[in-house]
Amino acid sequence: MTAVYSVAVIMLMVLTFLCLTRAALGPTAADRVVAINVIGTKTMVIIALVSFLSGQQFFLDVALVYALIAFVMTIGVAKYMEKGALD
Amino acid sequence: MLLNIISSVLIFFGVFFFAVGVIGLLRLPDVYTRLHATTKCDTLGAGLILLGLFLQGNIFIAIKLLLIIILLWIANPTAAHVIAKASYYSGIPMTENSFDLNVSSRKGGA
Repeated sequence: MTAVYSVAVIMLMVLTFLCLTRAALGPTAADRVVAINVIGTKTMVIIALVSFLSGQQFFLDVALVYALIAFVMTIGVAKYMEKGALD
Repeated sequence: MLLNIISSVLIFFGVFFFAVGVIGLLRLPDVYTRLHATTKCDTLGAGLILLGLFLQGNIFIAIKLLLIIILLWIANPTAAHVIAKASYYSGIPMTENSFDLNVSSRKGGA
């Protein structure tokens, strides 16, 4: 199974860099937020796969916390875009 | 053995759906269509990969992965909805030939 995990991690890293081009080019701020949201999901999955590759169980907790932080970040940036303030 | 094959197939399809989402993110014309492509593909792809890992570990790992899947399936659509609402009301234009209701409280709307 190690080969399958490794190939999946490498493919996901390539896809993450492709998303990064959209985050760099994106004409509006919303495009960048969408790209960063996608990168957050991919990073969470990569952390879960690396947890199985290295045999460290606690990486799954890291993945859980990373997903939570990415969600809060997206909500915060979207609210700032809509209202122009975070109060 | 059978479990390994099922896991490999699930992980393969997860990566495939991620790739489809990234193609949509790069190729589609405006932010709403990009959201449409990425959100569904990402939620499904991450769910499939984590389901593939779910079959491999012991009971504690399985419970943690289930927690992550449930959180993801609640958080990802919510985030997409909030981004779409924020970009619509802050007046980001749609692509040509799209049907726009032109809600009056929208910035730059009718």
